[in-house]
Amino acid sequence: MAAEKASWVHKDRSMELQKKMIARHFERLERAPRCGEPVVYTFVPGNLTELIRSFGALPVLPEINALQSGMRGKSKDYIAAAERAGHSEDVCTYVKCDIGMLKSGNIGPTGTKLPDPDLLLLSYTGCYTFMKWFELLREEYNCPTVFLQVPYQGDGRLAPEHREYITDQIRKDLIPALEQVTGRSYDEDLLRHHLGLAAETEDHLVAVLESAKNRPSPIDAYFGGVYYVGPIFSAFRGTEEGVEYYKELRSEVEARVAAGLGPITPDGPLNDQRFRLVVEGPPNWTSFREFWRMFSEEHAVVVASTYTKVGGTYDFGFRHDPDDPLGTMADYCGGCYTNLNLPSRIDMLVTYIRDYEADGFLINSVKSCNSFSAGQLMMLREVEKRTGIPGAFIESDLVDPRYFSAANIKNRIESYLQMLAARAGAA
Amino acid sequence: MSARSDVVDWALECYHDLDFGVVHGWLEEESGRTAAGYLPVYAPREIIHACGMLPVGIYGGGDQLEIIRGDAFYQSYICHLPRSVVELAQSGRLDFLSAMLFPSTCDVIRNLSGMWQLLFPEQYVRYLDLPHQRNTELGGAFWERELRTLLKDLGEVSGRTATEEDLKRSIGVYREVRHLILELYRVRREEPWLVPTEELYLLMRAAEVVPPETFLEQGRAYLEAVHAEPGRRRDNSRVVIVGAFCEQPPLGLIKTIERAGCYIVDDDFLVGNRLLEQDVPTDGDPVRALADTFIRHASKTSILYEPDPAGKRHLMAERVAAAGADGVIFAAPSFCDPALLDRPMLRAGAEAEGIPCIAFKYSENSGQFQQFREQAGTFSDAIKLWGGT
Ligand code: SF4
Ligand code: SF4
Repeated sequence: MAAEKASWVHKDRSMELQKKMIARHFERLERAPRCGEPVVYTFVPGNLTELIRSFGALPVLPEINALQSGMRGKSKDYIAAAERAGHSEDVCTYVKCDIGMLKSGNIGPTGTKLPDPDLLLLSYTGCYTFMKWFELLREEYNCPTVFLQVPYQGDGRLAPEHREYITDQIRKDLIPALEQVTGRSYDEDLLRHHLGLAAETEDHLVAVLESAKNRPSPIDAYFGGVYYVGPIFSAFRGTEEGVEYYKELRSEVEARVAAGLGPITPDGPLNDQRFRLVVEGPPNWTSFREFWRMFSEEHAVVVASTYTKVGGTYDFGFRHDPDDPLGTMADYCGGCYTNLNLPSRIDMLVTYIRDYEADGFLINSVKSCNSFSAGQLMMLREVEKRTGIPGAFIESDLVDPRYFSAANIKNRIESYLQMLAARAGAA
Repeated sequence: MSARSDVVDWALECYHDLDFGVVHGWLEEESGRTAAGYLPVYAPREIIHACGMLPVGIYGGGDQLEIIRGDAFYQSYICHLPRSVVELAQSGRLDFLSAMLFPSTCDVIRNLSGMWQLLFPEQYVRYLDLPHQRNTELGGAFWERELRTLLKDLGEVSGRTATEEDLKRSIGVYREVRHLILELYRVRREEPWLVPTEELYLLMRAAEVVPPETFLEQGRAYLEAVHAEPGRRRDNSRVVIVGAFCEQPPLGLIKTIERAGCYIVDDDFLVGNRLLEQDVPTDGDPVRALADTFIRHASKTSILYEPDPAGKRHLMAERVAAAGADGVIFAAPSFCDPALLDRPMLRAGAEAEGIPCIAFKYSENSGQFQQFREQAGTFSDAIKLWGGT
C-alpha cells in the first residue's frame, strides 16, 4: 500500500510545472478585478485562447472548473444546489455543477475565488448545451455576451462558406466586442505570435500522443491523456508557459520510450501491458482514480482516446497557422471532435484501432452529454463491423457521483478484458 | 355525422396512420412524385415544395408504436423521439422518402443525421444548421446560402429544379397555410370552447403530412363548422403549454389537461409551422426573402439563441399576456435538453411576474395520465380560487 501510494504521488517535472502554472493562473484570476485584467469565460471546444490573450484578457473555462469540482468531491453538493434551484435532473451535470459552484461563492479549483466575467464568449462549437449554459450564466452576470456560431460538419467537412461565416463573425462581432471590453485595439501581429506558439505546443502534444504507438506505450492516452491536454485545453495554448510545459512533457515521454517504460498509474508504473485499448467518451471525474485502476490493475493501457480531441484534433494534422489568423481559428473550431459528424467519429476510432494496434475499444457513455452519447450504440456496432474487434460499452456520468456504479463498471471491464484475452489465446 | 366531426375524423385517421397512407396516395397519383421528410422543429417547407416534393414532418410513433429495434440505438437516458423515428425507418415505413432533413434542434437530432447517413446511404440526408446570428449581414447571409444549397440539392433529388416563380408560388401556399393556422389559434384563444385543443392539435398534425392544399380545404371546413356547432362554455382556467415543441405528448395527455379544467390558449406543439411570425415577401429574391424573414421574424424558442439578455426573463409574461392566460404549464419530454435547460430561466421570469406555473415531464408513449390529471386539476382550481398570485 505504501509503495503504491509512493508511486502514485511520484511526480514528473512536467506535472509539477502544470500544477504551478494552473495555481498561478487562478491566483492571477483572483487578482484580476483588482489589477484591471479583463476576464473572458468561454468553452474548451472552439476556445479562441490566442485571440483572448492577444487582448490581454484571461480565459476561464467553466467545463474545466466543473471537472475539477468533480475530482475534488464537490460536485455532488453543487449539483444538488442547482437541482434545488429548479434545474432538471435530466440535463448536463457540468452546467449544474457550475451553477451550483456559482451559488456557493464561486470558489475555483485551487481554492481561490473566480472573478466575474467581463465577457461571455459563447463559442457555439459541437454542443447544444453550451448555448443554454451561457444563457443561464448571463442571468447571473452583468456583462455582454458574444455569440460565435460554428457550423456543424454535417457532411464531414467544414464547407468553405461555413469557414467564411466563422471568420466574418470573428471579424465583425467578436473582435469589436473584445476591443470594447478590454479597451485595447486588435493587434494582429500579437495574435500571430500567439498562434505561432500554439502550433509549437501542438507539435509537442501530437508527439506525446503518438508515442503510444510504441510497445510498451509510455503514456496512458485517456487517464494520463486528460492531464496532458489540461494546459492546451484551458488557458495555455499559444503561451510561452504552454510551450515550456509541452517540451518538458515530450522529453519525459521520449525518455520513457528510450527506456522501454510505461506510464505511471495509480498502481505504479505500467510496463507490463497486456491490453492496448482505444476509448471513446469522456471519463468519470468523481471516481477518476478508481476508474483508472480498473484498467491498470488488469494491465490495460489506453493508447488513444477521442475525448482528448474535444479541444482540437491536432493528431489529424491541424495546426494553428499564424499566416492566416482568422481562417485558422475557423478551421480549429470546425474541427473539434464533437463538431464532427458521426461517420467521421467512427472513422477516427477505426483509424486509432488500426494505427495504434489496439486489442479492443471501450465506450464510456455519460448520461450528461447528448453531444457525445446520442449515437454511441451505433458507433459501437459500426466500429465492431469495420475492425472485427468486439467493443465494450459502459455507462456513467461526468461529475454526478450518483451515476458511477463502481461494481457494475468493474465487472463489465473485467469480463471484457477476459473476453479479449480468450480471443487472443484462441488466435 | 357533422362537417366538424368529418374533419376531425379525417385528421385522426392521418394521426393514427403510421404507414403514411395519405402520403403514399399523393405519391401514387402521378409518376415521378417524391417526398422529403424533416424532423422537428423547423424546416423550410417552401423550399421542399418548390422542388415538387411533398414535405412530411416526422414526429415518431407516439404511443402507438412498439419499439423493437429503436431501443438498440439509444441508451435509457435519451429521449424517446429518436428511437421511435429509427423504429419507423427500420420497419420500412419511411422508405418512401427521397430525402431527410435534420434541423439543428438539439444534439440528439444532430447526431441522428449521421446515423441516418450510415443507415440509409441511398437517401439524401442533410443537417440543417439554423442561423443563431440574428442579423441579416451575418446570420442572414449564412442562412441564405444554406437555403440555396438545399434548393439546388432537392432539385437534383426530385429531378425538378425550382425556378424563382416556383419558389414564390410555394411561399404563397405556405403563407396561406400559416394564416389558416394562426386563425385557428386565434379562434381557440378567444373562444377556446369552440376549438378544443385536441381537435386543433389533430389538424396541426395532419398539416405536417398532407399536401398543403388538402390542409387548407379541411382546415377551412373545420373553421366554418365550429361556428355552426359551438361547444359548451366551461368555467376553465386558461393556460399556456411550454416545452412540447419536439417530442410530442400523447393525445391522451392533451385531452387530460383540458378535461382537468384547463383551456389551452397557447402552446408550442409543432411550433415550426408558425415559427415565422411575419409573411415572407414575394417581391424580390425569394430565397433571400425566406432567409431574411427567418432572421427578423422567427419566434422566440428554446432551439435558437436568445440575443436579448432579458429575453428569457420576459418571454412567459409576454406570451401569457398575448394569450390572455392565467398560468403556464411547463410540459417537457424527459431528457429533452432544449426544453429542460430553458425551463429555469423561463419559470423564474414567469414567477417573478406572479404567473402561476407547474411543470412536468412526459414521454411520447406515456400511458398513465392520472398524475397529470391531478396536477392540472389542482392547478386549475388554484388559479380559479387564488388568481395569479
Ligand atoms: S453536454 Fe457534453 S459537451 Fe456539452 S457541456 Fe455537457 S458534457 Fe460538455
Ligand atoms: S425531445 Fe428534446 S432532446 Fe429529444 S430530440 Fe427532441 S429536442 Fe432533442
